[in-house]
Amino acid sequence: MTQWISICKIDDILPETGICALVGDNHVAIFRPNADNTLYAISNIDPFAQASVLSRGLIVEHQHELWVASPLKKQHFRLKDGYCLESQTHSVKSYIIRVHQNKVEIQI
Amino acid sequence: MHKTQLVVLGNGMVGHQFIDELCNLIDVNQYDITIFCAESRPAYDRVHLSSYFLTHTAENLLLASTDFYHDRNIRLLLNEPALWIDRQNQNVHGKSGQTVPYEKLIFATGSSPAVPPIKGSDGTNCYVYRTLEDLERIASCAKKCKKGAIVGGGLLGLEAAGALRNLNIETHIVEFAPLLMAEQLDALGGELLRKKIEAMGIFIHTNKNTTEILHHNNGKTMVFTDGSSLDIDFIIFATGIRPQDHLAKKCSLQIGKRGGIAINQFCQSLNDPNIYAIGECASWNETIYGLVAPGYRMAKIAARHILGQTDDSFTDADMSAKLKLIGVDVGSIGDAKGKTPQARSYLYLNEQKEIYKRLIVSEDNKKLLGAVLVGDTTDYGNLLQLMLNAIDLPENPDALILPTSNGEKPVIGIDALPESAPLCSCMDVTKGQILQAIQKGNHTIEDIKATTKAGTGCGGCLPLITQMLKVELGKQGLDITNHICEHFPYTRQELYHIILVGKIKSFHDLLHTYGSGYGCEICKPTIGSLLASCWNDFVLQPDLLPLQDSNDRFLGNIQKDGTYSIVPRSPGGEITPDELEAIAKVAKRYHLYSKITGSQRIALFGAHLQDLPHIWQCLIDAGMETGHAYAKGLRMAKTCVGNSWCRYGVGDSTGLGIEIENRYKGIRTPHKLKIGVSGCTRECAEAQAKDIGLIATEKGWNLYVCGNGGTSPRHAVLLASNLDKETILLYLDRLIMFYIRTADKLQRTASWIDSLEGGIHYIRNVIIDDALKLNQHLEQAMTALRASYQCEWAKVLAHPKHQKHFQHFINSPRPDNYIQMIPERKQHKPAPPQKDTVESYRSPQ
Repeated sequence: MTQWISICKIDDILPETGICALVGDNHVAIFRPNADNTLYAISNIDPFAQASVLSRGLIVEHQHELWVASPLKKQHFRLKDGYCLESQTHSVKSYIIRVHQNKVEIQI
Repeated sequence: MHKTQLVVLGNGMVGHQFIDELCNLIDVNQYDITIFCAESRPAYDRVHLSSYFLTHTAENLLLASTDFYHDRNIRLLLNEPALWIDRQNQNVHGKSGQTVPYEKLIFATGSSPAVPPIKGSDGTNCYVYRTLEDLERIASCAKKCKKGAIVGGGLLGLEAAGALRNLNIETHIVEFAPLLMAEQLDALGGELLRKKIEAMGIFIHTNKNTTEILHHNNGKTMVFTDGSSLDIDFIIFATGIRPQDHLAKKCSLQIGKRGGIAINQFCQSLNDPNIYAIGECASWNETIYGLVAPGYRMAKIAARHILGQTDDSFTDADMSAKLKLIGVDVGSIGDAKGKTPQARSYLYLNEQKEIYKRLIVSEDNKKLLGAVLVGDTTDYGNLLQLMLNAIDLPENPDALILPTSNGEKPVIGIDALPESAPLCSCMDVTKGQILQAIQKGNHTIEDIKATTKAGTGCGGCLPLITQMLKVELGKQGLDITNHICEHFPYTRQELYHIILVGKIKSFHDLLHTYGSGYGCEICKPTIGSLLASCWNDFVLQPDLLPLQDSNDRFLGNIQKDGTYSIVPRSPGGEITPDELEAIAKVAKRYHLYSKITGSQRIALFGAHLQDLPHIWQCLIDAGMETGHAYAKGLRMAKTCVGNSWCRYGVGDSTGLGIEIENRYKGIRTPHKLKIGVSGCTRECAEAQAKDIGLIATEKGWNLYVCGNGGTSPRHAVLLASNLDKETILLYLDRLIMFYIRTADKLQRTASWIDSLEGGIHYIRNVIIDDALKLNQHLEQAMTALRASYQCEWAKVLAHPKHQKHFQHFINSPRPDNYIQMIPERKQHKPAPPQKDTVESYRSPQ
């Protein structure tokens, strides 16, 4: 059965930035690239450094897709699926996310 | 294994160049190389000798460290002149008694100053201008004197005159010929040069033949053949050179008519094929070349010939030169005096702007034979190539020297040059060699300079090299665009002006009108920095915050484990016991690793994101403020204790450093900016390794600019000496603002100055002489920027809304469990990452 967990209000996320949420034991980075309700969620853990930091990176556009650049060493992770541009084996997990009645919800 | 035994006599510029050339061609382990050097130092740059008066250090002038020789297994014998050569048995005998055998021997003994046989010229306070020791003697004499004369108005004489003037000595030039630089200039050019130099307060006496120097209690009197005289305190002779061929004569090597070891086209002695001579001690075709470029060429040819390569040979040298003498641009190309029979001239004289240019062309108007340029040498590179490669002149050759207001200048296409054309005559680099370097992937001017050395001499060839780079990259389908990234087709400088003129305050407005797409990790922080440089709005306001990389966004430097460092400002490295106490307290409470940084500040490491506001609250309550260690902006001023405490100090370096740091703190610059202030020439604050360096002198402060440590260490260069505080602040206001406005993204001041044509001279023109009429504007802009300063942490703490970003989880107060510490010495450090926590990648369906 699909289960949605409520994280925060959409207004809690400043447009063009990301935040980190605790979902069970997992650290999840949630990004809001624009002022609308489009959201993306991938693991918050930088797989190169094993540090919980990806939500603090810059949201960037390359090859007509959106990525987050790790704040540590700037590797790129694709927002829609966690694919790592520099090293596919370092790609990270992604999550399904939605806005429902102004609440940010993540599927587990 | 047999090693080839090589002995080099002399370790001057040419002797060093020979070793450098040779070592690039050979396996040094198969050679046994010994250098006899009469001086106490390894090779140094005599061309820029005068800079010794400004810096008083020899290190800046050294061409290579002693490690250079050591690493190549070369024996460099300092203070060891060779006394005797046994050509029969092939041995060199040194002054200390040692004997070194040779298979090949290279004379690079250079020249000594030729002092004319004037009565009294060997008296006290009479000097020559050749070695560092000569300059040391002149500097110490100048301290006690007011008036100095230079005999000789050639290159060296003018160089020495500029140096004396900088020492605040009343300077006189005494020249035998009717004009200055008689070797390189014609009458009109010499006259204009004279006017310009006289305008600087230097006295010039031409047509003066000195018959005697009288020494008396009040100094000296120079007596001239026309009956006039000149009272003076000391005299420097810059009257030409004499080849150092004494040793060669002793061992019966063939000597040229004007002296010098007679050599063939491979630089071999005419009567001993195992002996070579290069540079000013050599005589080729009865000519002695007193410039460094022909000497370098000989060094290269001799090195190759020793290895059996005979494809390159010496055939007369081009004596063209582009110089800056006491701030005056002078260029002389080929037959500058029009001695070729039936040569014709084109002249351009602008007395308003003090510019003179002359072209000397062949009778049929087809070829350029020579040129004279005074006051403006921008045409030098083009003209030199036209002459060297005998390229056909355009229909109206005068267009080559007329101002651009008369229409476009005909520029020689780089394609017209053969690959063998020497593009850089100073370093003897051909078009073909530069082409190769570009094809191997050197795609910037800096890379080409580093790889080929082209453009590192007078720099006259740089416009041509730039042109070549563009053409070549175009052929490869590459562009040299300076566009900052794919989202903005503009350079950083252009964006700066767009923001300023259009009063643009947000990334979105800029992107909407001038860019495309979403933005990236290049343009976002760059534009964030530009907006800060223009308006200095709070970096955490909602439309600016998304532009900041993690450091600026959380006002701390992110560490490998996701924790942050905390660096409060301690201006000039000064910190009170109360502040130390507050720092200690907060470090203990939050379990922070404590360290002194390289910038005379205390840094605390390992702070959790959510603890940052409270930690800063404690520090700000104790009277401290942010140190901006996270910002591309002014960092700090490193100082020594200066004359407040130090028994050697002559200036209050701590006080000045604190004042400057406080004056510019918080200002965002293209890259980080560091300052150093030393209270005396011992330079304990390492000011010359900083973007801005100040060193106290007896008369004020010497201001150095554009140095740095880091990956490519660079010494700062002297901008001006003996300044008072008000002048320093004025210059710095202008300089920092000019840097902000014209540098490229993430370009530190050292590479910025390299990118400005004319380098330090250009900066001096803008900052001191106000050549661009910008200074008032720059000062106003800096005043406005300074007025908008705020401690960003104080602002965060004053508004709770800014603090809500400082939490790790948006939905939980729990700390970040990925942060784990392990003990290290008496403190702790981040634990190594645990591999088994990696989550697996799963593409969503």
